Amino acid sequence: MANRVFVTGIGIICAIGNNAGETLASLQTNRSGIQPLTILDTIYRGELPAGEIKLTNEQLAEMAGITDLEMHTRTALLGMIAAGEALKDAGIDPKDSHFRTGISSASTVGGMDRTEINYRNYHQGAPYSNFILTHGCNDHTEKIAVSYGFRDMVTTMSTACSSSANSIMFGTRLIRHGIIDRVLAGGTDALSKFTLNGFNTLMILDKKPCRPFDKNRMGLNLGEGAAFLVLESEKALRDRTPLCELSGFANANDAYHQTASSPDGSGPFLSMSRALESCGLKPCDIDYVNAHGTGTDNNDFTEGIAIERVFGKKIPYVSSTKPFTGHTLGAAGAVEAVISVLSITNSILFPNLNFREKIDELSFEPLKEMVTGIRLKHVLSNSFGFGGNDSTLILSSC
Amino acid sequence: MKAFIRGIGNISPQPTFEKEVFPEGIREYHTAKLQSVEPDYKNFIKSAQLRRMGRLLKMGVTSAGMCLQDAGIEKPDSIITATGLGMQGETEKFLNSLLDNGEEMLNPTAFMQSTHNTVGAHIAVMLGCKNYNVTYVHGPVSFEHALLDSLMWLAEKPSDKVLLGGIEEITELYFDMTDSLGFWKKGEISNLELLEDKRPGTIAGEGAAFFLLTTEENHGNYACIRGLTTRFNPGNQDIALSMVQEFLESKNISVKDIDLLLLGMNGDPASDAVYQPVLDNYSILCTAWFKHLCGEHYLASSFALWLAAKILKNGNIPAAVMLNDRPKSGRVNNILIYNHYRNIYHALILLSSC
Repeated sequence: MANRVFVTGIGIICAIGNNAGETLASLQTNRSGIQPLTILDTIYRGELPAGEIKLTNEQLAEMAGITDLEMHTRTALLGMIAAGEALKDAGIDPKDSHFRTGISSASTVGGMDRTEINYRNYHQGAPYSNFILTHGCNDHTEKIAVSYGFRDMVTTMSTACSSSANSIMFGTRLIRHGIIDRVLAGGTDALSKFTLNGFNTLMILDKKPCRPFDKNRMGLNLGEGAAFLVLESEKALRDRTPLCELSGFANANDAYHQTASSPDGSGPFLSMSRALESCGLKPCDIDYVNAHGTGTDNNDFTEGIAIERVFGKKIPYVSSTKPFTGHTLGAAGAVEAVISVLSITNSILFPNLNFREKIDELSFEPLKEMVTGIRLKHVLSNSFGFGGNDSTLILSSC
Repeated sequence: MKAFIRGIGNISPQPTFEKEVFPEGIREYHTAKLQSVEPDYKNFIKSAQLRRMGRLLKMGVTSAGMCLQDAGIEKPDSIITATGLGMQGETEKFLNSLLDNGEEMLNPTAFMQSTHNTVGAHIAVMLGCKNYNVTYVHGPVSFEHALLDSLMWLAEKPSDKVLLGGIEEITELYFDMTDSLGFWKKGEISNLELLEDKRPGTIAGEGAAFFLLTTEENHGNYACIRGLTTRFNPGNQDIALSMVQEFLESKNISVKDIDLLLLGMNGDPASDAVYQPVLDNYSILCTAWFKHLCGEHYLASSFALWLAAKILKNGNIPAAVMLNDRPKSGRVNNILIYNHYRNIYHALILLSSC
């Protein structure tokens, strides 16, 4: 397909920054956001660290310019903050009628953060019952759409931890098909007891900061956040200079197990190799892989095997940035796409924190130290999820 | 962008998984909560697996199996699903146990089946489908966006076969919660007299409808999907008529060629009034409805697509869905489905006979 799609703006809020500038500064100084929980009300506060954004809902509401907190979930507040930054960064107004502008967002548990607090009190009527209206994964998307005036395409996807890689992919395809000219694509997820306990019952949460690709990795740390990219067609771009190009992507299914990945990494292998195919690149063209790298036994092993199958002996730089942000679930694909854009535009590669020893069965180690002054032509970002939903995005410098 | 419907599977509050359309007439309910008539799942799922599966997962996987069987296809290429609430039953189960047990001693099974992509993923595992697999969750237009993606996908990969599905369940608790917000009609209500009941609210429903889509012409195809559009209308503007007019224009089809207008009327006077400008302007058209059959839910338009596909294949319109007394003489060739949700989301789908 001929229509090229460019990244013209980014927005992010996560455990290491309330915007792209702060996030970049933390990445550049190895400042991790994995800390004891202090905001989420859970019995695991002292036990399970996470990439929590150290702002209360009231503080987030103030940042987002919201006064009726009753109808806003933490998920929506995070989404609105990151969306606003991305639109401002790109300098576009969705209400501008010269272009058709859509939003393609994503979330795994939507408004669960409010639901789990008010769930038992719905029969007491409003305000207790209002959570029902903000529970859905699409609630935050609507809030952003209303705030900024999106009309032409307003949609939300949910494929577990690969959700926002897929919403970015769908947004890109909507532009390529000429259905819209510009799209705000990404996702948001707030920490909730629901997800914390869910992952805890699966026994894949590390009680210490996570160590992706380390031989002695003990699991993941959850995180929260929101991130969006503004994507535009060549026509919508006019004479503005984009940050980079969204050049390739693919989605494949591991078709192995609901929550575990196959031992030969077939889903991740397919999503990476098909993403390369989609933009006519060879494995050796990729300068850096921002890995899914959760820190679980299962993921890092199978992702590592798949990386070896795709890249053979010439493995590019690989790092997981989840030791900085935690695993932000439905937002992870977008959070890591934004970090990949920051890598390209600042010629920096961020290290895989906490790594000590290589996994025996793998031939490669992740990147241990920051690399600066590196010209990055093509960066590949992986996002995998429950249900074997594996997605890969390729971002290229212009 | 267009696609043919090769196979269908539908589990709904009517026995829609039977070959004939409403063989025993319409099932009447005397409640505002319509739950699916469930088939014998053992014909599609091994009993060892069945025990571990939530109700919506069983409905979804079985409906998908029926669809593939109907299409005579063992394995699709891509799987594109849509759901509004997602795995509501499993989500409630995990949330209840979390709250009851103070976050301790929890069983992970319900959590593992709580993600919105569970049905699509489960089908992929069962059939070994390693290709494109996504789930749309944008409330009342989830299905339309999954359909849009399906059409885009088939334009990109014309030789693929896409399995498209819409799944939604109404649980006791979700019904009660939304009832407390005034969503549903109170007290005695018959789905067969829904339009005569002028009280606010409607009836709740659920269902799992799957479609096997292909670009290949075949005498077995049900219908051709010619396009769709959705609109987000948070300001509750009167967009019904202009939206229909613009859409028909964009599809190069004149109003007189529409043989059936299939509307999402649901018996809520305020909601039904939104369709009135269209009904008034196109009063010559044969019009029908479907929500007395499946109830109101986020995936109701997937039921409408099933009904439209059946009508186009059989050539006639069941009397039980007619809204006006303008029965179509001759074959039904073009159907326009128009559904809106609280005047905030509007969606149109155009289908033609093959």
